[in-house]
Amino acid sequence: MTMEIKLKLNGKILCGQIEPDCLLIDFLREHGCYSVKRGCETSNCGLCTVLMDGKPVLSCSILAARADGRDVQTLEGLQAEAEDFVGFIADQGAEQCGFCNPGFVMNTIALLRENPDPTDDEIRAFLAGNLCRCSGYEGQLRGIRNYLNSRKG
Amino acid sequence: MINIQNYVRPQSLEEAYQLNQKRQNRIIGGMLWLKMSSLSVHTAIDLCDLGLDRIEENQEQFSIGAMATLRQIEQHEGLNRYSGGKIAAAVKDIVGVQFRNLATVGGSIWGRFGFSDVLTIFLSMDSYVELYKGGILPLEQFASQKADRDILLRLIVKKTPGRFTYRAMRNQRGDFPVLACAVSRLNGEYRAVAGARPGKALLLRDEKKLLSDGITEASAQAFADSFAELVPTGSNLRGSAAYRTHLIRVLCTRNLLELGGNDDHGNQA
Repeated sequence: MTMEIKLKLNGKILCGQIEPDCLLIDFLREHGCYSVKRGCETSNCGLCTVLMDGKPVLSCSILAARADGRDVQTLEGLQAEAEDFVGFIADQGAEQCGFCNPGFVMNTIALLRENPDPTDDEIRAFLAGNLCRCSGYEGQLRGIRNYLNSRKG
Repeated sequence: MINIQNYVRPQSLEEAYQLNQKRQNRIIGGMLWLKMSSLSVHTAIDLCDLGLDRIEENQEQFSIGAMATLRQIEQHEGLNRYSGGKIAAAVKDIVGVQFRNLATVGGSIWGRFGFSDVLTIFLSMDSYVELYKGGILPLEQFASQKADRDILLRLIVKKTPGRFTYRAMRNQRGDFPVLACAVSRLNGEYRAVAGARPGKALLLRDEKKLLSDGITEASAQAFADSFAELVPTGSNLRGSAAYRTHLIRVLCTRNLLELGGNDDHGNQA
């Protein structure tokens, strides 16, 4: 039996018909949010990270029905905020295949909103739920650190 | 892959309870573990509209709603002041922030999962569960019971004066623990809890009075040896039974030495 949900997606009200077991990731991709990627299927890799009511969550592990009435943001709606720091990450060659990048960027946005001046250990702890099979994570850390240092002038 | 035919957000606990009496219906909690199953669910019952996502604190206790997330208890100032930061320490390595923003305290406690850091740390405290029909009962008693069709409403943690320590061994950050160990001193009573044995967490007290003269290296070692002998362990892909028994000895000794002293107020600011 299908059901209707209504949520705010990247600032716009969106209504949709879903199956009760539709996952949020599938709903978002059906509505054009291709930055939200399916990775591990075991709630471990962070690739599918979106913000729900401002908090980073795994869209592969939450029913779309639970997003009814909520505010959901994906990278498609946060590109301006991401632009501030993604260049610093790219400068470090931290993205090799780039597949993990949207999840990393989304969680970095959540980190910097919650803690605008994190230590390296705080960055590592916050991003521990984002897996990257190409890099050793040091490039991402250096990129975020360089961005934070640039803000301090 | 889980198959769900209907999704309902009950507007009252009674409605949720009645729905939950049917065997094919399920309360979905954070849904992280449930999602991994191959269940066919007639009606998924989502408790998200029932105000169970709050952590309330008064002079006597903390009341943690079943839908409060692990991230909420990780960041709750009062809980971590009371526990000396050990609640945050117990959950901080559970996958990542995104996961902990979804995983619920109720899901962890209700599931009585063997791997649960959450059950392990709260068993070391003066903790109770509040069930919709079953009322309030000690967490230790609840953990030993089989799941029924009641609804877990809250986890209650009394502010009994105490000191707490927690350590877990993981093969890598974010993985399930190979062994988790919490030790506490509550009103002069020592409690040791071993989780991820890999069975569900087991709480034992100092019945042999090995720590009655205080914690020294010798008494800590003697207690840890006794604890390791009494706690059954098993083998799985993460570690053997013998390795887990060794870990109990090591982590329990370290926890006791960290606990130190004889007063019950060391963790509290």
